[in-house]
Amino acid sequence: MAIKRRATTFLALSMTTALLVAGCGGGGEDEAPAESELYKNPVTLTWWHNASQDGPGKTYWEKVAKDFSALHPTVTIEIEGIETNQLQRTRLPAALLSNDPPDIFQAWGGGEIREQVEADYLKDITDQVKDEVANIGSAVEIWQVDGKQYGLPYRMGIEGIWYNKDLFQQAGITAPPTTFDELNDAVTKLKAINVIPIAVGAGDKWPAAHWWYNFALRACSVETLRKASLENVFDDQCFVKAGQDLKAFIDTEPFQPNFIATPGQNDPTSANGLLANGKAAMELMGDWNKGTLDTVTEDQEALNKFIGWFPVPAITGSAGDPKAALGGGDGFACAKNAPAECVEFLKYIVSPEVQKGYAETGTGLPVAKGAEDGVKDPALKSILEATTSATYVQLWLDTAFGSTVGNAMNDAIVAIFAGNGTPEQVVEAMKAAARK
Amino acid sequence: MTSTNPTLDLAGGASAPPAGPRPARRSSARAAETRRKWYEIIGLTTPAVIVYVMFVLVPMGFAFYYSLFRWRGVGPPTDYVGFDNYVLAFQDPIFIDALRNNAIIVFGSLLIQGPIALGVALLLNRNFRGRTLFRLLAFVPYVLAEVTVGIMWKLLLSDAGTVNAMLESLGLGSLVQAWLADLDIVIWTMLAVLTWKYVGFAIILLLAGLSNVPQELNEAAAIDGASWWQIQRHVTLPLLGPTIRIWMFLSMIGSLQVFDVIWVTSVPAVRSLGASATMATYMVDNGFFARLWGYGNAVAVILFAISFVAAVLFQRFLLRRDIEGAITRRAN
Repeated sequence: MAIKRRATTFLALSMTTALLVAGCGGGGEDEAPAESELYKNPVTLTWWHNASQDGPGKTYWEKVAKDFSALHPTVTIEIEGIETNQLQRTRLPAALLSNDPPDIFQAWGGGEIREQVEADYLKDITDQVKDEVANIGSAVEIWQVDGKQYGLPYRMGIEGIWYNKDLFQQAGITAPPTTFDELNDAVTKLKAINVIPIAVGAGDKWPAAHWWYNFALRACSVETLRKASLENVFDDQCFVKAGQDLKAFIDTEPFQPNFIATPGQNDPTSANGLLANGKAAMELMGDWNKGTLDTVTEDQEALNKFIGWFPVPAITGSAGDPKAALGGGDGFACAKNAPAECVEFLKYIVSPEVQKGYAETGTGLPVAKGAEDGVKDPALKSILEATTSATYVQLWLDTAFGSTVGNAMNDAIVAIFAGNGTPEQVVEAMKAAARK
Repeated sequence: MTSTNPTLDLAGGASAPPAGPRPARRSSARAAETRRKWYEIIGLTTPAVIVYVMFVLVPMGFAFYYSLFRWRGVGPPTDYVGFDNYVLAFQDPIFIDALRNNAIIVFGSLLIQGPIALGVALLLNRNFRGRTLFRLLAFVPYVLAEVTVGIMWKLLLSDAGTVNAMLESLGLGSLVQAWLADLDIVIWTMLAVLTWKYVGFAIILLLAGLSNVPQELNEAAAIDGASWWQIQRHVTLPLLGPTIRIWMFLSMIGSLQVFDVIWVTSVPAVRSLGASATMATYMVDNGFFARLWGYGNAVAVILFAISFVAAVLFQRFLLRRDIEGAITRRAN
């Protein structure tokens, strides 16, 4: 300890306070305070989340941290908001490899949390969060590994098709499609009035890949998908079928021209921009889309009026459950050696009041029961209803299968979109990546 | 230190009695001089050497070590696979595409930027009104941040962007292209953006080189009746040789390692299909996004090896004359 303390003093001259604090926090690790010692000693929690841009999300987390410190004066919370890709791909893996990870940090669940648990990075919180788990429901399974709880979600939603009600009306489409045949009909009608039927941000890969995920969800049984997530086994023919269905769908030319270079969100030329500004009629996207559409629209009022949402249509006669949906969420987990206060803070984040406040920011759908009233937007309300009534929520396949398989899968799906890949190659790429 | 000790011993020991005090003092003075020189060398280089070792050599060693593992960046690397990652890289058609793209950028940059820069530099070296303004304008793209340049061109080159709109209004509608989406075109688009960005650097280097060409030589040639073109061809250009070669060297290394402009201008899908990937973008896409840390390190080592070999060959064959002086003087 003496050496450590001296080193800390030395480094403090040039490094940030975060390091200093972590050095001091290191002292408590060996003792592992018992439950009764909660809030006895001053602790500092470092919190890494992905609300890096100024806006309601970031502001809300600042308020949550401040409120928690007010309730428990012994706890100081130091926040760092980091852009998602940077956080997930570089900062967090590197920090977890070191002896000095943040105490509480963004966790996306699925294959990634499984790898993190295998490396012994995370705190097992099963016993402390039983009430919260009961209140959130089946969504928590995404943050479980072998039946144990390692993190909790604060946002969860299924994806569906965001659409322009005005354009649908002009094209003479009376009701949102419920089957793919009806969707194909709608595409034809929309082409007749010269608008882009569906915008897809294939340039960013994942918005295109999600179309394949939905075909896989329709073609594969729940059992096959579970097995694929747990063991990375992709032998079932349904994965090839997904690619074939996708190819047939792309051949009907429902998307904007040159979609391979269209970004997903964040600028007016993106798929988001096309929908938000009335140039395209539909877009497949998750529950966060309202927030991202808001940032690229030229006319906020018009957008609020015309935007609607319906679930991904079913495929008549397919093997999958037509009421199953693809979804995903955001959660937080505590580092293995984080102080016990970390779990208390996590519980606070998912408590109904805090969740209600989160819902009111409009940045995503809450998970806790009792927070539903916070959802005001009509489109978000319909997603919330669909999420609750879905028989099974499959986590985004790239998250479920882990980054390595997920990335190879997305690349191969994009090749189908570009016209130089085959349905078989997607499955081959997934199998090859599982071995890498 | 070791090299100074023998001299000290020789002076103070065996040769002292017969030679008398004078030479001994002179040689000990020389030894002190040598010692002082060494202290200077050590004192002045140590900080740089420490930084270089810590932040260049040690990470390079680690990169090579990690490249021998099948490692996804979770927990310490344990699954030793030898050179499998290197074999995998050369079996991946996308990596081969990246190599091809790097080659296009290396040779494309030399062949396009070189003549343009030379022409502009010769022009800007003459006296005319507004010369400073033109020099400034030529250099502006190089000063802009890579990300700024990338976003700017991404917007200009999009389907409904300025470039296509301008072609349209000039009656060149047949030339309108999907500059960033057509997989056969996108690498040439990237080359054009890189040329726009870096040609200013070549111009400034060559202008600096031109200012070193003695005016008397030009005047002498002019008196002998040489035309402006003959002077450029037979006097200026040969004297500009070292500058041109140094620029070629820097351009080549930069092209091999090019990352940021391509990362920003070209979307992920087009990169992952191999159309616009370079070794560096391939490394980041695989190392961080596919979370293949061992594999990503292997690609980094390949990129390093290729750059290193290219640099050594270039120095050996093209820069030899320019660095000869420095080396021969020391050898003698």
